[in-house]
Amino acid sequence: MTPPRARTIVTGVIGSDTHIVGNRILTMALEKAGYKVVSLGALTPAADFVRAAVETRADAILVSSLYGQGELDCRGFRDLCVEAGLEGILLYVGGNLVVGKRSWEETERTYLGMGFDRAAAPGTRVETVIEWLGRDFAAREQGPRRAGT
Amino acid sequence: MSAALLIDFGSTYTKLRAVDLGKRRIIGSGQGPSTVTTDITIGMKLALADLERHCGGLPRFQHRLASSSAAGGLRMVTIGLVRELTAEAARQAALGAGAKLVGTFAYRLNAADLARILELRPDIVLLAGGTDGGNAEVVLHNAAALAASALECPIVYAGNRDAADQARARLGARLVACTGNVMPEFNVLDIEPARSAIRQVFIDRIVHAKGIDRAAAEFDSVLMPTPAAVLEGARLLADGLPGTRGLGDLLVVDPGGATTDVHSIAAGGPAPGVIPQGLPEPRVKRTVEGDLGMRHNAATLAAAAGLEALARDAGLEPGRMSELLLQFGTDVERLPASAEEVALDRALARAAVRIAVRRHCGTTETVYTTTGPVTVQHGKDLSRVEAVIGTGGALVGSTEPRAVLGMALFDPAEPLSLRPRAPRLLLDREYLLYACGLLQAAEPQAALELALGHLAVLDQETDHERARHA
Repeated sequence: MTPPRARTIVTGVIGSDTHIVGNRILTMALEKAGYKVVSLGALTPAADFVRAAVETRADAILVSSLYGQGELDCRGFRDLCVEAGLEGILLYVGGNLVVGKRSWEETERTYLGMGFDRAAAPGTRVETVIEWLGRDFAAREQGPRRAGT
Repeated sequence: MSAALLIDFGSTYTKLRAVDLGKRRIIGSGQGPSTVTTDITIGMKLALADLERHCGGLPRFQHRLASSSAAGGLRMVTIGLVRELTAEAARQAALGAGAKLVGTFAYRLNAADLARILELRPDIVLLAGGTDGGNAEVVLHNAAALAASALECPIVYAGNRDAADQARARLGARLVACTGNVMPEFNVLDIEPARSAIRQVFIDRIVHAKGIDRAAAEFDSVLMPTPAAVLEGARLLADGLPGTRGLGDLLVVDPGGATTDVHSIAAGGPAPGVIPQGLPEPRVKRTVEGDLGMRHNAATLAAAAGLEALARDAGLEPGRMSELLLQFGTDVERLPASAEEVALDRALARAAVRIAVRRHCGTTETVYTTTGPVTVQHGKDLSRVEAVIGTGGALVGSTEPRAVLGMALFDPAEPLSLRPRAPRLLLDREYLLYACGLLQAAEPQAALELALGHLAVLDQETDHERARHA
């Protein structure tokens, strides 16, 4: 019997953002946790995340944004996925997601409103993200398209 | 004397080159019409008679190797999943195999796509889609759609390996080769396995299907489509052989009657500090510009160049130029006779070389980030190639080949285009690139020395040209 297919996760830093270090650390941790990671690196347009996810039949896309412009870059991200036939794909976003004084609750609400399943506040540990993934994938196996809380 | 005969079954002519393998020189050339539509042996016999006349008798040939672009060339349709990813990788593989790409398709084939593919009458279909372990659904949908269609041509599979067995089951006998994925991992291009599979199908089936093997008594084998022979010749010239240095990274440009082909042999990676974006490019890359032809596509070439700019370069009044263009487009065999025609031909060739090389080479772009400007590169950086080689009738027949080939160079007016900056300019005056590409399969050392010895150096540029490219 062939072993079960490892889940595939697309990672990258969106927009005109060159802050790659955190994304690399996340990628390494995900690989160590047994995921197949398609790492797109820095300066990645939203459409490239979606194209990569289609071709590799990815289960999740993890978007990093560190330079404060994420809100502009991520607008319509879920719609792009739906357009490409990836309706049920798990979407996370994390980093320094907004500029200025906005509470995390408000920021999180903004991104969840855009269709992301989870938003990771600055300082979120990779262990937390891996735990979320485990929970959300398990929840999807129960009933699709419902991220855990 | 040890001799080899190199044959090009072209769409217009059957061309022969006889070479002395020991002395590394050309014994003679011969030419006959292309008679593939009736009986290919007629043109071949006429070409041999012509060669015999030029050489005063024919030597015994140790090798008789042929390439072919006759009967429409190797017509191919490629199919992938995402247009910028596996569909693009499949396209690159077909072009690298020397195919005439007649259609490219992406995502799920629908009824209209299938009807279009039938209309295109491909000789081979290359089916790709999905990385290994990635999307299997679309490539299997497309396999089933092709299987249910009236299409009879051989199909080569180079998609997601997890779906290969099911694709084979769906396609049955039509699937003649199942080869490595053109994109096994996301953004990893691996087109060599597909290229060799296509080449093998060409040798095993297409040569027969096109009636080229009727002349089998006159040759040992038809090895590849002619564009692939040119690419192989270029690769040999660039890389050299153990003990014989090649020319290093290079670019070949061939402005033809119907298309302008550009080949590059160079990694073309980004300079330090520059960030590459998009699909990695193949080191051995061929592009074909279907709208840049000196005769069949003179009208679209003129449109791409801009009518006014072209008229200025030719020194012709625009109205008069349009008349001549019309004649060129209909009388496709026409060789320039009058001074006006020579001037227009020169301007057309210059435009074809400039635009085709610009499209082949990559570009840079400055992206402004919060940490400052960053340079991003799309495509190949060919600014440091060591040689640019011109081939084909338009360049070889030109009275000013340097003025034409020089258009391949970096232009200060387009600073973001990564074209060659300071290469040697060489002319394939004896039309030997395809011949050496063929010969290298049997006698690589002789092929390399023959090619190196017969390229004409075009470095004696005129002063105003030197100023332009400085």
